Amino acid sequence: MAEVLDFHAFPDVQGRFGRFGGSYVAETLMAPLAALTEAYLRLRKDPAFIAELDRDLVHYVGRPSPIYFAERLTRHVGGARIVLKREDLNHTGAHKINNTVGQALVARYMGKTRIIAETGAGQHGVASATVAARLGLKCVVYMGATDIERQKINVYRMKMLGAEVVPVTSGSQTLKDALNEAMRDWVTNVADTYYIIGTVAGPHPYPMMVRDFNAIVGREARAQMLAEYGRLPDVLTACVGGGSNAMGLFYEFLNDRDVRIVGAEAGGDGTAPGHHAASLSLGRPGVLHGNRTYVLCDDNGQITETHSVSAGLDYPGVGPEHAFLKDAGRAEYVGVTDEEALAAFHLLAHTEGILPALESSHAVAQAIKLAREYPKDGIVLCNLSGRGDKDVHTIAAREGVRI
Amino acid sequence: MTNPESRIPNPNRIDTRFAHLKANHRAGLIPFITAGDPAPAHTVALMHALVAAGADAIELGVPFSDPMADGPVIQHASERAIANGVGLADVLGWVHAFRERDSDTPVVLMGYLNPVEIHGYERFAQEAAAAGVDGVLLVDCPLEESAVLAPLRAAGLHQILLAAPTTAPERLASLCQAANGFLYYVSFAGITGAASLSVGDIAARVADVRAHAAAPVAVGFGVRDGESARAIAQFADAVVIGSALVDRLAGATTVADVTQRATAFLAPIRAALDRPR
Repeated sequence: MAEVLDFHAFPDVQGRFGRFGGSYVAETLMAPLAALTEAYLRLRKDPAFIAELDRDLVHYVGRPSPIYFAERLTRHVGGARIVLKREDLNHTGAHKINNTVGQALVARYMGKTRIIAETGAGQHGVASATVAARLGLKCVVYMGATDIERQKINVYRMKMLGAEVVPVTSGSQTLKDALNEAMRDWVTNVADTYYIIGTVAGPHPYPMMVRDFNAIVGREARAQMLAEYGRLPDVLTACVGGGSNAMGLFYEFLNDRDVRIVGAEAGGDGTAPGHHAASLSLGRPGVLHGNRTYVLCDDNGQITETHSVSAGLDYPGVGPEHAFLKDAGRAEYVGVTDEEALAAFHLLAHTEGILPALESSHAVAQAIKLAREYPKDGIVLCNLSGRGDKDVHTIAAREGVRI
Repeated sequence: MTNPESRIPNPNRIDTRFAHLKANHRAGLIPFITAGDPAPAHTVALMHALVAAGADAIELGVPFSDPMADGPVIQHASERAIANGVGLADVLGWVHAFRERDSDTPVVLMGYLNPVEIHGYERFAQEAAAAGVDGVLLVDCPLEESAVLAPLRAAGLHQILLAAPTTAPERLASLCQAANGFLYYVSFAGITGAASLSVGDIAARVADVRAHAAAPVAVGFGVRDGESARAIAQFADAVVIGSALVDRLAGATTVADVTQRATAFLAPIRAALDRPR
């Protein structure tokens, strides 16, 4: 592909990031998507909307989140300095709230009274239920029956926040199926309903809008690096399922060509189909959930089931902008296995007193690998996208502990 | 390198059939079935049975793992077919087999883009045309994204476009202009197999579509029996029936059973459509 001069010039008006992205949806959704695009492009320049969003991010979400030098972890690894962007300290415990606060405001400005969302690990569902409660909007969350079983705490949290959690029993009963079902709900109830997609996937304008709402992560982190270290990091890393926290961190740095960018995908427990969720590392270009991107599918084009120890990375597609960054050579994507993520989870807990989400543990594991590649005065900036409280049961069960 | 005459495409069966229907003042009846459901061995026999019971064209669903626009009935049919190992190559093989005994009835493949994308657009276009497919309706490929389908059009296949109640007027005009074969009007904003129809509303919208479209208009989504089909046929060129038929076929275990169910379902609808006004 031609050399990209400005990575901030994407997507184009049709939502394309090079050959990826677009709006691959049924005709019925074309009008609602056009209306959403129009509203969002207007609102993102509207001073009243911007001021309200900024207030919410400070006073409700708790921004800015700090960057934190993980000194004991760094010493343990014995390589470059590992700095963590602490998205785990946000209200509701992950970066997901950056997006839901923004989209809920869009919903309110568009006059919608009902919010729907899909969720895998439950973090996006909780973040959606949270903002719906705050704005007094009805909230329905679609969640795969398999995920409901492995994320009971988040299911209960959503219910306490007043949301209705609808189990999805079609297909593989995980995140992708929840997304299908939410899309079906939206098609049917589009007059009063706003669909908050939780990641940088889906049809245009979602990949752009979700990225924009999460881009505050990278904007803060870049300024914090310059203020506290007087320089940019050598390398960024973040976990990539759909890729919203990674896009959030990476975006502000895309035109800083000296900053290397590495995304950590779910390597699961093997490279055979069904054993991982590494769409970029092991998939191929295809069309899923309204956009062209890298997908995991068989030779008949059927989307294959995925596996990851973390429900939030267990997705057979990935945001189209990541596909574009991979093909443009601007970012690298590598698999991190379940075992590596679990080891990183324990190491961060013991050395820093931080329990990372299992999703974020993939990024920590990758940060550890990268730190070993760089000299001691180098800096690896790792997005600690969420906290691990929700995963305590999963880890205990895996390790044979009854609690 | 080729005989120049072989480059002149035959008229597409869809066009021929709609011209014939129009000349005879008849409404078209287009049943939808999911290829490979209830069982792979049933599909070709089922297609012949549908034609015998009065189908003017057949929509053959290509199973996909993530049928975003479909309701539970067609989702489950898709899941059953995939569980039986059905892929695009099988579907093309069945169309080819169907053509051994039926060279007139148009066949439209209906499905989602990813199986075609993975198969390869050029390869799919050649194989589909060779098998005897006449049109392709890809639910998640709107007009704006249709550039990738150029090889299909070059091979003489019609891309069937959808219009919906939510389609804005300017967009409707461009859809009507681009439509070939027929324009598939989705009678309500929702998934397949849901809701009931308000015939008056649909009539008004279809009148709008017909004012713009040179191509015939088929109406689908929510048509389930003879009376609803007949009501739609008052103002549409053809009626599509999907979920209600697929639901009726589910659970059939033998070819005799499935063809008998198809006939019992479709023949009364044909009769209702043909009943003099």
